[in-house]
Amino acid sequence: MEEKEIIPVPDEQQEYVINMGPQHPSTHGVLRLLVSLKGEMVKNIQPHVGYIHSGIEKMCESMTYTQIIHLTDRMDYISAHINNEAVCLNVEKALEVDIPDRVKVIRTIMSELTRLQSHQLWWACFGMDLGGLTCFFYGLRDREKILDIFEETCGGRMIVSYNCPGGLMYDIHPNFQKRVKDFIKYFRKILPEYDQLLTGNVIFHERTKGIGKLTKEDAISFGVTGPTGRASGFSCDIRKHEPYSAYDRVQFKEILFTEGDTFHRYVARIEEMWESMNIIEQLIDNIPEGQFAVKMKPVIKLPEGEYYQRVETARGELGVFVISDGNKNPFRVKFRSPNFSNLSVLNHIAKGFKIADLVAIGGSLDLIIPDIDR
Amino acid sequence: MRSIINYLKEIILGVWSLLKGMKVTGSYFFRPGTIITQKYPSNRKDLVMFDRFKGEVVMPHNEKNEHKCTGCGICELNCPNGTIEIISKTIITEDGKKKRAIDKHIYRLGMCTFCALCVKTCPSNALAFSQKFEHAVFNRALLIKTLNKPGSQLMKGVE
Ligand code: SF4
Ligand code: SF4
Repeated sequence: MEEKEIIPVPDEQQEYVINMGPQHPSTHGVLRLLVSLKGEMVKNIQPHVGYIHSGIEKMCESMTYTQIIHLTDRMDYISAHINNEAVCLNVEKALEVDIPDRVKVIRTIMSELTRLQSHQLWWACFGMDLGGLTCFFYGLRDREKILDIFEETCGGRMIVSYNCPGGLMYDIHPNFQKRVKDFIKYFRKILPEYDQLLTGNVIFHERTKGIGKLTKEDAISFGVTGPTGRASGFSCDIRKHEPYSAYDRVQFKEILFTEGDTFHRYVARIEEMWESMNIIEQLIDNIPEGQFAVKMKPVIKLPEGEYYQRVETARGELGVFVISDGNKNPFRVKFRSPNFSNLSVLNHIAKGFKIADLVAIGGSLDLIIPDIDR
Repeated sequence: MRSIINYLKEIILGVWSLLKGMKVTGSYFFRPGTIITQKYPSNRKDLVMFDRFKGEVVMPHNEKNEHKCTGCGICELNCPNGTIEIISKTIITEDGKKKRAIDKHIYRLGMCTFCALCVKTCPSNALAFSQKFEHAVFNRALLIKTLNKPGSQLMKGVE
């Protein structure tokens, strides 16, 4: 047998490539990261998406506009209501129908409740990623209260299907206002507990402060939106810049930080929870009387053309682009989903940090994988 | 000297932040009732779901075994994923006219996405949601249901 010479690879060129995912608890879904390591240091990350590609965009082409709603529910399933709202607003814009004030206000309240429960779940998971299992239980306990509100009014807990082109599927439940007010009162007391438990924790500080810095320029060039972008100082809140529904009649702050590290992405979401509660409080007592939906034709046909609508989901900017050829089905639907752009920045900000920091950074981006693989 | 003081200060503040967190968890340790959401399997008997809860699509029948479904097929048309299949038949009414009526209203629970479009668009309000949520069965074929009961008839006065 011929003897083979083994040439040792120089130390600085050695790389160890591992798969993180597709089944990894801290990727929060079926995301596979190909991580190149040098010792414990992350040298390169290659995200592989498509493990749960559901073809939602393609399926939309064979659905009517009312049926699309049940698909967008399943895209970013934590902020289902806001996704639905985007499609409905787009259809309403194309048909130039006037939406009653009541619908606008209810949609806004529901959107903010969705944002609240999304951030609660994120807080719970983020705490768990960093080793604080208690957070997971407390976060889910409070989220349960919002899900109950959803269940009573919409009939579904996460997959609400409450919007429809022209308004809402049903009117709000008679208990709705009281329940929401009770919840706000309750959660205003509980949210400081989140701070005591996690925000002030010294271990948490050590693991998040200065980790995974994202500059404003990079946030803009990668298209990172939502709380992640705003923590880097990129003012990208669609609710402020292009108010839809009832956001033009409420006062709220856009949460902006300049540091852009993991800790400030965290604080940005906590602060957004306070703002969401402010918005709900301004609206909950003045839901105007009126219809909960305008009567639409049984088969909705958009006039020929291209339509685009942006909304602010809990994770960033969601854009819905529809090309219509005048039929009852859209010709092409494209979703600009926030998570896809937010994932693209992961390699850039996690390079040079330890693999444990990768979990913290990934958690702070708040990725929902079906939204990437739509 | 200063660095030592800073070092000690950091340690004390760090421990203090941990204690603050433990105060929260400790307080819940003594009032466990406030952190429980549902005791699900044990509260099964008196668990009441909200009346709008979308459990599964049913067709309510009255005590004379009559339903309101005319077999028009609008729910089948509106269902986004082919969960519903309408098999209709032609019947001869008392005054000798031919009329379309429902033979079988087939509903595949395993495919339903609970979007409520069928319930909402049914012109004669024949469908509703039940609050049942424990759907697990051992055989997939059991998830294919026929919603109109055997021998049932169209309710009088429903066109
Ligand atoms: S359930 Fe309603 S919509 Fe469906 S076939 Fe019967 S009457 Fe028509
Ligand atoms: S709820 Fe939706 S998916 Fe289920 S049968 Fe009705 S229309 Fe079809």
